[in-house]
Amino acid sequence: MKTIILKTASNYLLPVLLLFSVFILLRGHYLPGGGFVGGLVAAIAFVLDAFANGLQNTKQVLKIHPGFFMPVGLAIAFLSAISPILFADLPLMTGLWAHEPVPVLGKIGSALFFDTGVYLVVIGAALTIIFTISESA
Amino acid sequence: MELLLAIITGLLYAAGIYMIMRRSIVKLILGIVLLGNGVNLLIFLLGRITKGEPPIISDSDKILEGIFADPIPQALILTAIVISFGLQSFAIILVKRAYKVLKTDDLDQLNTTDEDS
Amino acid sequence: MLEAVLVGFIFAILLVFVGRWFRGPIAVVSALIPIGLFVYFLWHIGGISAGDVIYESYRWIPSFGVNLSFKLDGLSLLFSLMITGVGSLVFLYTAAYLKGHKYLDRFYGYLSLFMAAMLGLVLSDNLISMFVFWELTSISSFFLIGFNNDSKASRQSALVALGITGLGGLLLLGGALLLGFISGTYEISEMLTQSDVITQHPYYALAAILMFGAAFTKSAQFPFHFWLPGAMKAPTPVSTYLHSATMVKAGVYLLFRFSPVLGQTELWHTTLISIGAITMLYSAIHIIFRTDLKGILAYSTISALGILVFLIGIGTEAALIAASVFIVVHALYKASLFLITGIIDHETGTRDITKLTGLRKVLLPVAIAGFIAALISGGVPPSIGFVGKDLIYEATLHSNNAVLLTVLAIATNALLFYGGFVAGVKPFMGQLPKKFEKIHLPSPLMWLPPLIMVTAGIIFGIAPGLVETTFAQPIVNVMFTSAEDVHLKLWHGFNLVLGLSALTLAVGTILYFLLKPTHQKETFISQFNFIAPKDLTLKLSDGFEWFGHIWTGYFQNGYLRHYLSIVVGFIILLLGYLLLFDFDLDIDYASLARITVYEIAIVLMMVIAIIFTVFTKSRLAAVAAMGVVGFAFSLFFLFYSAPDLAMTQFSVDTLTVILFVLVLYKLPTYLKLTNDKIRIKHGILSLSLGGLITILILKVLNEPKNTEITDFYAENAYKLAHGKNIVNVILVDFRGIDTMIEISVLVVAALGVFGLLKLRLKTKDKK
Repeated sequence: MKTIILKTASNYLLPVLLLFSVFILLRGHYLPGGGFVGGLVAAIAFVLDAFANGLQNTKQVLKIHPGFFMPVGLAIAFLSAISPILFADLPLMTGLWAHEPVPVLGKIGSALFFDTGVYLVVIGAALTIIFTISESA
Repeated sequence: MELLLAIITGLLYAAGIYMIMRRSIVKLILGIVLLGNGVNLLIFLLGRITKGEPPIISDSDKILEGIFADPIPQALILTAIVISFGLQSFAIILVKRAYKVLKTDDLDQLNTTDEDS
Repeated sequence: MLEAVLVGFIFAILLVFVGRWFRGPIAVVSALIPIGLFVYFLWHIGGISAGDVIYESYRWIPSFGVNLSFKLDGLSLLFSLMITGVGSLVFLYTAAYLKGHKYLDRFYGYLSLFMAAMLGLVLSDNLISMFVFWELTSISSFFLIGFNNDSKASRQSALVALGITGLGGLLLLGGALLLGFISGTYEISEMLTQSDVITQHPYYALAAILMFGAAFTKSAQFPFHFWLPGAMKAPTPVSTYLHSATMVKAGVYLLFRFSPVLGQTELWHTTLISIGAITMLYSAIHIIFRTDLKGILAYSTISALGILVFLIGIGTEAALIAASVFIVVHALYKASLFLITGIIDHETGTRDITKLTGLRKVLLPVAIAGFIAALISGGVPPSIGFVGKDLIYEATLHSNNAVLLTVLAIATNALLFYGGFVAGVKPFMGQLPKKFEKIHLPSPLMWLPPLIMVTAGIIFGIAPGLVETTFAQPIVNVMFTSAEDVHLKLWHGFNLVLGLSALTLAVGTILYFLLKPTHQKETFISQFNFIAPKDLTLKLSDGFEWFGHIWTGYFQNGYLRHYLSIVVGFIILLLGYLLLFDFDLDIDYASLARITVYEIAIVLMMVIAIIFTVFTKSRLAAVAAMGVVGFAFSLFFLFYSAPDLAMTQFSVDTLTVILFVLVLYKLPTYLKLTNDKIRIKHGILSLSLGGLITILILKVLNEPKNTEITDFYAENAYKLAHGKNIVNVILVDFRGIDTMIEISVLVVAALGVFGLLKLRLKTKDKK
C-alpha cells in the first residue's frame, strides 16, 4: 500500500485532517460536530498516516503511546463535570460559562472542556485498538 | 418512505438474528453488527423522520420552533454507534484470540470451559 | 436465656478456627458446655415448679413482629433439660467413641450447633424465630447423618432426611404465617389468648394441617417416617442424641405447645389419634422383622413417637400427663439402648442381632445397663417405665373410644417390650462366641453414660414424685388454665390398669421367647418395599431428577443458536398473538409516490448489501458488504436531518472495516457447518421476527408521538446550555454524566483489547 502518491498525500493530509478534527470539535456546540466525531476523524487521520508511512513512523509523529490520551481525556471530562462543585457550589455537570466571548473560539464554557475530554478519549481508544491489532496481526 | 424503512429494519433484524444463529463466530459478530444497525434504525424511525430540518437552532433564534428532527433519538444513536465500535472491536479481538488458542471458529466446539474437548 | 442459646453457636463457630486443638483427647472438655447448661436449667427447676415463667424478649425485626423472645416454662424446661442432659452424656461418650477420628472437631461443631438450635427451638416464644431454629436443627441433622461423607448410603440418607424435614420446615413456615395472619401476632403466648378466634377462623383447618405436616415430618410419623431408619447411618452418638432423644421430639413439642391454641377440635383429635395410632402400630410390627440393632431401635423410636402423638391427640389431662412422663421415660431408656448398641458395635464390629450372644461375660457393666434399660422400656416395676405405661392406659381407658384405643396401646406396648429386650438383653445372653472372647471393656466414658441414665430411670420409678413436681405438674399447668393436681404413684392398688400392665408384660415376654429375629423375616418384609412410603418417595424424586435432566438438557444444551431460537420463537409467539387480535394497519401508500430517486437508490443499496453480507462465501466480502450497509446508513442519516449521526456513522464505519480486515484476513475461509434444513428453519424464524418488527414499527408510527421532552430540549438548549446544536448539547450538557460513563466504557473496551493481545497466556505460550 505504500505508494508514492499516498505517501505524499498523507504527509499533507495528516495536519489538514487533524486541523479539521479540531474544527469539528470546536464548532460542535453550534453546528454539526463535536467530540465524538472530531475524535474519530483525528483517529482516521492517524490510521491513514500509518497505512502510508508505516506504523513506526506514525508512532514517532505521535511521540507518546495513544493509550495515554485516554486517562488525560477522562480526567479533563471529569474535572469539567465536577468544576461546578469545585468553583461555584452548583450541582454536578452544571454548565459554567465565561461572560465575554473569546476571539476565534466564541463563547467558552465547561461543556467545551468536557467535549475536549471526549475527543481525547475517542482518539485514544480508537488508536489503541487499531494499533494494537495491526502490531499483532 | 417510512414503510420502506420499516421493511429495511425488519430485514436487518432478520439478517442479524440469522447470522447470530450460525456456527461461525465471525458470522456471529457480523450478525451483532447488523442487529445493532437495525436497532439504531428502529430508534430513529420511532422518533419520526424529517427531511432537511436538523435540530440546530439558527443563528438568529434562541429557541427551536416549527418542524425539526427529534434530537433525542439522534443523541441516543450517536452514543450507540460509538459504544458499538468498542463492543465490535473487543468481540473481534476475542475471536482472534480464541482462534489462536483453539484453532477453530466453530461455536459448537467452544461450548465448554474444559480446555481439552 | 439468650446466652444459653448462643453459647452453643459461639462454640461451633470457634471450632472452625481452633478445631485442631479439639481433635485429640482434649475434646472431652467440650462436654463442659452441655453440662454447664444442664446445671443452669436444673437451677431453674425450683422456680418453674413453683409456677414461675421466665420470659425474655429482644427486638429483631419488630416491623414484621419477629422478635427473639424466649420463654422458660414447664414444657420448655423439660425439653431443655433433656437436650442438655442427654447432650452432656453424648458429648462425653463421643470423646471415646470417635477417639482419634480426623474430623472429631467437626463432629463436635455440628453437635453443639444442633444443641444450640434445639434449645432455641424449645425456648422460642416467637413462631418465626422458632422456624429459624427448626430449620437449623434440620441442617445440623443433615451434616451429622452425612458425617461419614465418603459413604454413598450416608449421603443419600442425609439427603432424604433433609428433604423430608426441610419439607416440614416449609410447612411450618406456611403455618406460622397463616397463624400470624389470623391472630395478628407471631408471639405464641399471645396466640394462646386468641385460641377461640383461631379455631373458629375459616383458615383454621389449613393452618392446623400445615402445623401437622411440620410435626409429622420432624417426628417421623407415618407416612413420613422412613427418613428416620435411614438416619441411622449416622454415628451412634448422633442417633442417640438427635434421632431418638431430642430432634425427633421437636414435632411432638410443637404439638404440645400448640395444643392449647389449636387443640380441642374434632380435626385435631381425629388426625392426631389416627396418625399416631397407625405410626405406633405400623412401626412396632416392623420391629419383628429387623435384625440390625439400630434398625430395631429406630422403629421402636418411631413407634414411641407415634404413642406421643396419639396421646396428644386424645388431649385429656390424663393423656397429656402420660405423654409428658413418657417423654422422660423414652429419653432415658432409648438413649441408653442406643449408647449400648454403640458400645457393642464399637467393640465387636457388628450390629447384627443374630450374631451377638453372650457379651455379658466381657462387657458386664454394659449388660447391666442394657438389662435395666430393657426393664424401663418394657414397663416393668419398679422402673419409671411402669409408671409411664400405667398412665397411658389410664388415658386410653378414659377416652371416647376406650376399647379400641386401649387394645392398640397394649399391642404397641407389648411389641415395644419385645424390641427393648431384643436390643438390651439378647446380645448379652447365651454362649459367648470364640471371636468375641478377646473383647475388653471400653473406657468408662462410654459405659458410664447409659448406666447413669438407667439408674435415673429406676430412681424416678421408686420416687415418682420427683417427676411429678419437676415436669408433670408444670406442664399440665402450661396446658390447662385450671389444672388439677397431678399425683404419680408406682403402686395404684389392684385395678384394671394393673391388670392391663400385667397382660402387656405377659404378651411381651411370650413374644420375646417365641419370636427370634432372623434374616428370613427381614428378606420377607423387604418384598413389600415397593409399596412402602420410602420407595414411593424415592421413585418420585428419581422421576423429578429425570424430568429435571430432560428439561435442562433440552433448554440449556449449550448451543447459542438453540437459546436464541427459543427466545426468538417465544417473542414471535407473544407478538404474533397480540397482533393477531389487533391487526389494522393504516399505511399511507400515497407517501410512496413522494419518494425520490436518491432514496430508492439508498434503499436498494442497503437491501443488496444486507443480502450479500448474509450469503457471501467470503469473509472479506461480507465485511465489505457490511461496510456498504454502514455507509448507506450515513447517507440516509444525512438525508433525514441528522448530520451528526451521518458524520459519526461514516467515521466509525471506516474504522470498523479497517479493524475487521486487519483481523479477518488471517483467518481461514468459512466452512459450511450446518445443513440446509437447519438453515431454512433459522431463516424462517428470523424472517418471521423481522416481519413482526416491521409491523410493530408501522403500528407505533400510527400512534401520536409524545414530544414533551423534545420540546423541553428545543426550548432550553440555548437558554440553559448556550448551545445551538441540540444533539451535542444533550450529549455534553443535559445528559453529560451518561457521556462520561460512555467514554469510560470505551476506555475499558480499549484496555480489554490491549490486554487480550499484549498479555500472554502463560500456560499456552510455554508449549
